[in-house]
Amino acid sequence: MTEKLYIDALAEAIREEFDRDPNVFMMGEDIGIYGGAFGVTKGMYEKYKDKLIETPISEAGIVGAAVGAALVGMRPIVEIMFSDFLTLPMEWIVNQAAKLRYMTGGQLKVPMVIRTPMGSGTGAAAQHSQSFPAIFAHIPGLKVVMPATPYDVKGLLKAAVRDDNPVLFFEHKLLYWTKGEVPEEDYIVPIGKAEIKREGKDITIIAGSITVPRSLEAAEELKTYGIDAEVIDIKSLSPLDEETIVKSVIKTGKILIVEDDNKNYGWGAEVLSKLVESEAFDYLDYPIQRLAGKNVPIPYNPQLERAAVPQTEDIVQKVRSIFDK
Amino acid sequence: MELSKEKLLWMYQKMVEIRQFELKVDELFKKNMIWGTCHLYVGEEATAVGACAALNPDDYITSTHRGHGHTIAKGADLKKMMAELLGKETGYCKGRGGSMHIVDVSTGNLGANGIVAGGIPIATGAALASKLKKDNKVTICFFGDGAANEGVFHESLNMAGLWKLPVVYICENNLYGMSNPVSKSTAVKDIAQRAESYNMPGVIVDGNDIVEVYKAVKEAVDRARRGEGATLIESKTYRWLGHSKSDPRVYRTREEEEEWKKKDPIKRFEKYLEETTDITKDELEEINKKVEQEIEEAYQFAINSPDPRVEDLAKYVYA
Repeated sequence: MTEKLYIDALAEAIREEFDRDPNVFMMGEDIGIYGGAFGVTKGMYEKYKDKLIETPISEAGIVGAAVGAALVGMRPIVEIMFSDFLTLPMEWIVNQAAKLRYMTGGQLKVPMVIRTPMGSGTGAAAQHSQSFPAIFAHIPGLKVVMPATPYDVKGLLKAAVRDDNPVLFFEHKLLYWTKGEVPEEDYIVPIGKAEIKREGKDITIIAGSITVPRSLEAAEELKTYGIDAEVIDIKSLSPLDEETIVKSVIKTGKILIVEDDNKNYGWGAEVLSKLVESEAFDYLDYPIQRLAGKNVPIPYNPQLERAAVPQTEDIVQKVRSIFDK
Repeated sequence: MELSKEKLLWMYQKMVEIRQFELKVDELFKKNMIWGTCHLYVGEEATAVGACAALNPDDYITSTHRGHGHTIAKGADLKKMMAELLGKETGYCKGRGGSMHIVDVSTGNLGANGIVAGGIPIATGAALASKLKKDNKVTICFFGDGAANEGVFHESLNMAGLWKLPVVYICENNLYGMSNPVSKSTAVKDIAQRAESYNMPGVIVDGNDIVEVYKAVKEAVDRARRGEGATLIESKTYRWLGHSKSDPRVYRTREEEEEWKKKDPIKRFEKYLEETTDITKDELEEINKKVEQEIEEAYQFAINSPDPRVEDLAKYVYA
């Protein structure tokens, strides 16, 4: 296996899906010669000119058209430049893509992927920095994933493209330049499966997207305090892998959920509720804890921006406080 | 543009089917046999049928909340339609969609849509797919005057004009978006004028003249199939009944309604057939009787069909 950047693993998955299935194509703003705002399609234009539909700045129109193309047999991948802009095509995601199968009694299917960078840490302020995948996980008919590693971004993108449902695919911007092992061969990371990224026995930390590397880093530091933390990467918000988290909590009895989204009504609340309703509840020996973004729009000033979402040191501190260490 | 006798009779039959179907639905509504709401197409039949007559069976259409006419014109089964309106398992959407969501994949109908302008980007995307796949199909996108003021109208027609997509946008201007007259909602006099912004032809037709509609749409469909791009057609027409079942029609006069009823598209077509073809009154009368029977059969099928099972509530959320 070779080490690759997250962004390169993602691009590799897109290229391989283009080659595999003539119905796969991509729509988005500046994805042609420019290579996309974050460079995901950089260098693809020459070979994949016919696959990269460069669009006007029309997010609602783009997503709506992708729905139409999907209905007649295509498998579009839409790039929305910043996930904050998902508010513009909300209608086409929520009222159309998510509902068309159900309200037509299973006659239609909408196999499409909406890929989009999310999150803060780049100084882009409130309208280019929010993480809100949980909004979409609330909607029946949608699938929502947020891969945290180069391995997972490649495997999940392929799974998303081959899925017959609309999949929201969130890529945290700070992950693009992280490295990890990525096999050359074709493989799938299943949607709806969480993964224990680090085994431990004292506490379960449930993380997703950018909070996965931060939680793993925190877990290493916690060793020095004699705390052995298990870290679960949730990967998919919808469907949610209850089995993996319930099993882990039964083992550790303690839980911390770490979200990059702001806290109120966040995905951690759903995970918490699933745990409370499950058999894991009887095994809890400490109240379930959540660490999430503050309930503010993402600010510009770098100190404020950093303070708005959970950092590694916040996770360390939180876990230490649980153990009084 | 010669229309065969067979085609002319098909057009007549479809218009009659729509008219009788809608009147039956109106009757069932008044008897509280249909749940929810319903938007009827009576008076606008020439637009749906004239347009669909210009398509191949495997071409696509997208429809609107007022979709029964388009759906019938594209060849839907009246039994499955009526069953859907009664919420039955045997309906097109197995009772999950109702009036505003009838889809019939087998006739290339990508569906009615409960959201105003819902079909506009969907049709644009279907046409983009046809261009990418080179499958030589054309998509007709039906929408109303109200939808022309939604943002995606602009976004979609811009893309269709830019990429020369094989799509024909047909705006059914029935003068009112619910209660709001076009003169109070729309800055231009004719919606077709907007075509200029998208570098495509804008055509105005008398939406109550089926032959005129057919000719204009045929030309646009042929153009699209030749790869020369999209067309915006504005079909001026009128809905005879209220916007939906609860509409007391306070925003327009009974006199205005009577004036439009004089332009009944079915009566006009009967006159046309009488004056220009050898089709006889008896033949038309026979069609009316045949359709009457079909509607009754559709009603009997629907009323005797089972409801969906509550245990199947969560079926069809995911593929």
